[in-house]
Amino acid sequence: MSLVARALEEAGIPTVVFGTALDIVEHCGVARHVFLDFPLGNPVGRPFDVTMQHEVLELGLGLLESASSARASVEAPFVWGEDTSWKELIFSDERPFLEGEAYDNWMEAKKKYREQKVADSQ
Amino acid sequence: MTHVRYIDKTRDYYLRQGYEKPYLWANFTDVPFTPLSKPLAESTVALVSTSDVAVRSKDNDDGRDKSHEMLAGNVYSIPSDIPLEQLFSRQEHYDQHTTTLDDTNAYFPITRLHELADRGRIGAVAARTHGVYTAYSQRKTSEVDAPEVVRRCVEDGVDVAILTPI
Repeated sequence: MSLVARALEEAGIPTVVFGTALDIVEHCGVARHVFLDFPLGNPVGRPFDVTMQHEVLELGLGLLESASSARASVEAPFVWGEDTSWKELIFSDERPFLEGEAYDNWMEAKKKYREQKVADSQ
Repeated sequence: MTHVRYIDKTRDYYLRQGYEKPYLWANFTDVPFTPLSKPLAESTVALVSTSDVAVRSKDNDDGRDKSHEMLAGNVYSIPSDIPLEQLFSRQEHYDQHTTTLDDTNAYFPITRLHELADRGRIGAVAARTHGVYTAYSQRKTSEVDAPEVVRRCVEDGVDVAILTPI
């Protein structure tokens, strides 16, 4: 997604990325970034919390108006909950990221990609 | 508590699973930046996401109506005025143990954008939203898919893009 943000900026379209993976977005580097410290899946706020979603979006609109150079970022002032164990357990052996059908789908997608890569190089 | 170090965590996780070469996340020193050219209240805003949002269909086997999608490579577009209840996500790469993708607006805030336009905070919501499928190839994303998103945004007269990775 950050690569798409770069292309849009290069084409003269300002962007703001709403993300939950701070290190990945910052490693790539984007023009504007609103970080929400929530589990992967809800970068705009808690499900069904309309007020929070608007507050998170407003942080991005604020960045669009205020930022004068790249790597402008702000962290949304929300916590997922008192229990922070999800931060430890994500990508752990105890709690595999993809299981069952989701894992099979991922392997299938990877296989297709490898085949496409071979086809592209021929 | 500090944020999750996903780069370190995924590298260790997949090494333990027997993958030898760690994924190299994109990394740049120079970051392009375009300032806002006009007030947000006069700007057309597009939503771009990797959340795999699709239009629901009762008729197709896979449950999705692809007639709206205008798929090219890994890029597809969905009209921004499709009713929310017809949208759903098939994305599986999220923290399934902790949260859900039941509320489309929590990762694809299309209703929220329409509300912002109604309120006059932004000028308008662009005619199309854009989705990008994960391509596993940064080269392909940069050389094929990202320019396609740009082309579609330019076609729609987009002034600002909001991006939501999952």
